[in-house]
Order: sequence, then structure tokens, then C-alpha cells
Amino acid sequence: MTGLAEYEVVEGEGGSTLVLTGPYLVSTIGAADDDLRGIDGAIARVDISGVTEIDTTGAWLACTISTEHDAEIHGADERAQRLLEAISGLGGEEKLSAPRLPFWSRVPEAMGEKMFNARTGIIGVVSFLGALLISCGSLLRNPSRFRMVALVRQVEYVGVSALPIIGLMSFLIGVVIAQQGAVQLAQFGAETLTVNLVGRITLRELGVLMTAIMVAGRSGSAFAAEIGTMKLTEEIDAMRTIGISPMEALVIPRIMAAVVMMPLLGFYASCMAILGGAVIGETMLGIPFWTFLSRIQEVVPTYDLWVGLIKAPVFGLIVGLAGCYNGMQVKGNSEEVGRRTTMSVVSAIFAVIVLDAFFAVFFTELGWG
Amino acid sequence: MSDPHKARRHERYKGEFPIVVEGLENRFGEHVVHQNLDLKVRRGEIIGVVGGSGTGKSVLMRSIIGLQPPTAGDVHVFGRSIIDAEPDEEIGVRDRWGVLFQGGALFSTLTVGENVEVPLKQFYPDISDELRHEIARYKVMLSGLPENAVNKYPSELSGGMKKRAGLARALSLDPELLFLDEPTAGLDPIGAAAFDNLTRELKETLGLTVFLITHDLDTLHEICDRVAVLADKRVIAVDTVPNLMELDHPWIQEYFNGPRGRAALTAQALDELRRHMDMPVAAHAVKALDKAEKGKA
Repeated sequence: MTGLAEYEVVEGEGGSTLVLTGPYLVSTIGAADDDLRGIDGAIARVDISGVTEIDTTGAWLACTISTEHDAEIHGADERAQRLLEAISGLGGEEKLSAPRLPFWSRVPEAMGEKMFNARTGIIGVVSFLGALLISCGSLLRNPSRFRMVALVRQVEYVGVSALPIIGLMSFLIGVVIAQQGAVQLAQFGAETLTVNLVGRITLRELGVLMTAIMVAGRSGSAFAAEIGTMKLTEEIDAMRTIGISPMEALVIPRIMAAVVMMPLLGFYASCMAILGGAVIGETMLGIPFWTFLSRIQEVVPTYDLWVGLIKAPVFGLIVGLAGCYNGMQVKGNSEEVGRRTTMSVVSAIFAVIVLDAFFAVFFTELGWG
Repeated sequence: MSDPHKARRHERYKGEFPIVVEGLENRFGEHVVHQNLDLKVRRGEIIGVVGGSGTGKSVLMRSIIGLQPPTAGDVHVFGRSIIDAEPDEEIGVRDRWGVLFQGGALFSTLTVGENVEVPLKQFYPDISDELRHEIARYKVMLSGLPENAVNKYPSELSGGMKKRAGLARALSLDPELLFLDEPTAGLDPIGAAAFDNLTRELKETLGLTVFLITHDLDTLHEICDRVAVLADKRVIAVDTVPNLMELDHPWIQEYFNGPRGRAALTAQALDELRRHMDMPVAAHAVKALDKAEKGKA
């Protein structure tokens, strides 16, 4: 029987004595602690001669009781005495867990904080964009400072290594649109219009939009996590002290890579989607593969391509900006890196979709319907 | 031991050697760090571990606490084999040791107080919140931090304070065995001396066995009962500092009898003198010695 901490209150001359017996260790004290705190009435002495083993937690409890009841501690052996001396005077008032506010003040407070953060976030992004433009300006004046190697590296990460996944994704989207569209159009006997459907929707909208979402998930998050981790490990501070501007070394190559690669990736995605449509045309609709492709040329107006290509670099800028800005905002701890990475992807996709809606209205008004 | 909620209690270790390392071999690919390394740590001592950079001091510590499975050899802590256990398997030793990592390794999303509470919650969930808060608070203060540090996050602390907070967490279960990885590295001399005193005081009041990796010659002279020297992929000697200085090994000679080694020794001798002589004459003598020492430097 290893035993637990036990106690007993003995009445005697000059007040009652609290007799502690058994081991008073952090591992055995759990049950006795609550009861001991609940003892009512005066205690004149605390007798710990029956304590078989004691550690700082036991000593702390004995100390707390003796101060609370203004009692003296008796029967401490040499080790206990040492512990008691070490522990006494360590009491403090600092509360460990901050008191939780009531529901009705907690919720509005949190909402207000969210609003305020949104405001500072918008101001922050705009200032970041400004700082980016200033850096670009100074780079234009000193083109020798431009980091070509970093740009090429980022172009590879953002663009080249994304080719397989974006290609596969777009091909399948083309397949789905052609197949589902054909089912609906067949009701009007207009299966041949599947070509128009696939060609126009992919070049104009889906190719670029899906690519932007993919790049945000693939590269925007990587930007935020990379830069955020560098911020935590003080690498960015180290750069500044050496005289390297993190804007020029880290941010500009990444954003530029996103801006340059987005139109290319978007166009590539549209082509893959059309290929997917053409495969469905060949296998299910009886439209020969090459006829499908040559029909695309006839039914898709050139401005559809322009609509896609004009939107793409803007989406690239948004994705790159969201990633780099959130990365640079990381401070404190590792949780923040995860939070900021999530935020970069969510806000980039949100902004891209909102902007896409504006673009749709804008281009239609322009007569590029 | 599968049920973490079961109250657990271990007898204090009564044997002579809480840490026994036998024939330890660690290799990373072709690179052999340790070969045939033997080490026995006595109960209740502060053992210092020294060695040049890359001799595997931290690897040795990681092997002992079970984070680095060795290629060969055996490690026993409190008489239990660490080698056969998985890194997070409960074998009844993890609530009896405390580890202070080099950078503190505090959980960055928790406050200092919550950091100290983590082991308590893990091993003794039946302790009431109130007592657990109190334990965390007095451990933080015991480690020499101000009271208000309990509610600070690690990112708000200086390097020295992080070390102290790490120590508070290492001490949170009243361990019998304490591992310190370069506790005074990066501290200012005053802070380092205070940390040394703290370590010694804790060892004396709590009866700890301390495994201390250090480069700090002052620490070695001041608080270590014995020093283990790592060189040539093994422990070449374990002894008190004066005895080690008698040894005829080139690295040991260079380490302890180099300019820094001698300075640390003089400093310690002066300290002793100050402690033992209170007479004004003696004080004069000490001052004169001090001056002479400064002149030399």
C-alpha cells in the first residue's frame, strides 16, 4: 500500500492540532487538498511529524494552511525544514487564469475586436501594397539589385511545378462541363452548342478562376508559411541588419512570379479544359476531336480570351499579396504561422471571387458579352 | 500504466546510480558520435558534462532521456531500460525527471504558468485547479522569476527568463533527476552566477541529481561535484575538477589549463578567500590580488 496523504484534527490544550500523516507528495496530495482547504475553525498547530515523505507541493500545502490559520508547524525533520524555508515567502497574489467575462460583454467585445482587426487589416494590406510599389520603383532605378535567381526559382515553384495538378484538374473540369452540358442541351437538340459552352466558359471564367484558387492554395499558403517562419526565427531581422530589404529579396520575386505565371497557367488550364471537352465530344457526342477544336476557333470570340488574360495577373497579384502580407504579419508563436497561412488562403480566394464578379459586370458593360 | 487518470506514485529511487549508460553507440550514417560510451551518475550529485563542439553532449542527453534511440548499448534510468521503450510510451520514469532544453523549448502558445501546469495535468489530473495554479506560481517564483511572469507568453520573455521558465517547468513535478542542457549559455555573468546558485540550492533542498551539460568553466568549478569529459567518442574521464586537471590528456589540459580555465580557477579561489576571511587585512589582500589579476588581464 503506497498510501495517500491523510489528516486528522485533534482537540487538545491551547486549541486544536492538525495532524498530517502519510506521504505528502504531488502524486498523493490530490484528494487531501480539497478537504484541508475546507477545514473550519481555528487550528493552533500543524503537526507534520507523521509525514513519511514530503516534496515542495506538500511543503507548500503545509505552509498555506499554517498561514491561513496562523498556526505553527511542528515536527518537521531536516528535509522538511529545508523545504519549508525554501517555499515560505513564495506566496503571491497573481491570478493564473484570467477571469472569464460574462456572455453579454464577451460577445460584443469579440465582435468589436473583429471589426477593428478588419479595419487594421485593410489599412495594412493597402500600406503593404504601397510599400511594394515604392520598392518596385527603387528597383526600377537600380535594376542591378533585382534578384533574377529568386524570381526564376519562384516561377518554377509557382508555375512549372503546378502544371501537372492544374492540368489534371482543368481537364476533368472540361470533361464534366461538356458531359453535363450535353445532357441539358440535348433536351433542345442542341448538343453541338457544347462546343460554345466549353470554349467560352473556360477561356472567359473557369480557367483563370480555378487556377487562381489552386495557386492560392498551393503557393499563397507557401508564401505565408515561409515568410512567417522566417519572421519567427528572426531571419528577416537579420536580412534588414545586413542591408537586404526583405521586400526586394522575398516579397517582390514571389508576387512577380505569381503575376507572371497566372496568365500562363490560366491559359494552359483553359486549353486543358477544352481538350477535356473535346475528348467527351469524340466519345459521347459524336463530334470528332479535331472538328471540336476547329469549331472552338469559330464560336469563341477573341475578346473572351482577353477577358481571361486581363483578369489573370490581377488575381495573381491578389494571391501573392495575401500570402506575403500575412507572412510578414506573423509574430510571437508558431500558432500564428498557421493562423496567418489559413487567413492568406481564405482572404485570397474570397477577394478573387468578389473581384471576378466585378470583372464580369464590367466586361459585359464594355460590350464584351 | 495505460490509465493516465490512475493516481501514480513511485518510491524515491534508493539505488546508487540513477543513470547507468553502458556501451552506448550512436551513429548518423557514416558519422560515429559515440562508441563504447560508459557513464554512471551517482544519486544526489551534480555531474557536469563537457566536451568540444560536436562531441555529442546533447546527443548523449537525448539518448538518456529516450529521444535518440542509440545504435547499440544500453541506458538505464532509475534501474529501468530506456532503450526498449518507445519515445512516448509510459515506463514510469517521465514523471520523475525534468528536462531543460537549450532554448527553453517552452510551448509558445501557452503562458509560463500554463507551461508549468502541463506536466501536472498530464500526470496528476486529480489535483484541484486551485492547487495546480498555486504550484505553478510558486515553481515560477522558485526559479527566480518575478510573480507577474506567470501570465506572460514565452515570446514576451528575454532569453534568461525563458531559461528560468523552462527550469520551472522541468521542476513542476518535483523530479528526482534534472537534465540541464547548457543552462547558462547566453546569460550575462551575473545571471549565470545566479542560475548556478539556484541549481546548487535546488539540489541541496530538493535532493536532486543533476545532469548538466555546460561550456561554462565557472559553473564547472562552482557547482559540479564531478565532471565527465567527452572526447574520442566516449567518456574519457569522470572525476572532480582538481583531479581532472592532473590528468595527462591534451584536450583536458587545454580545456582546464587554457587562459579561460585558469581565469575561472583564480576567480573561484578569490571567491573562497572572500568567503573565509572577513578581517580587514584579508580584505586588503584580496583587493591587492584582484588588482594584480586585472593588471595581468
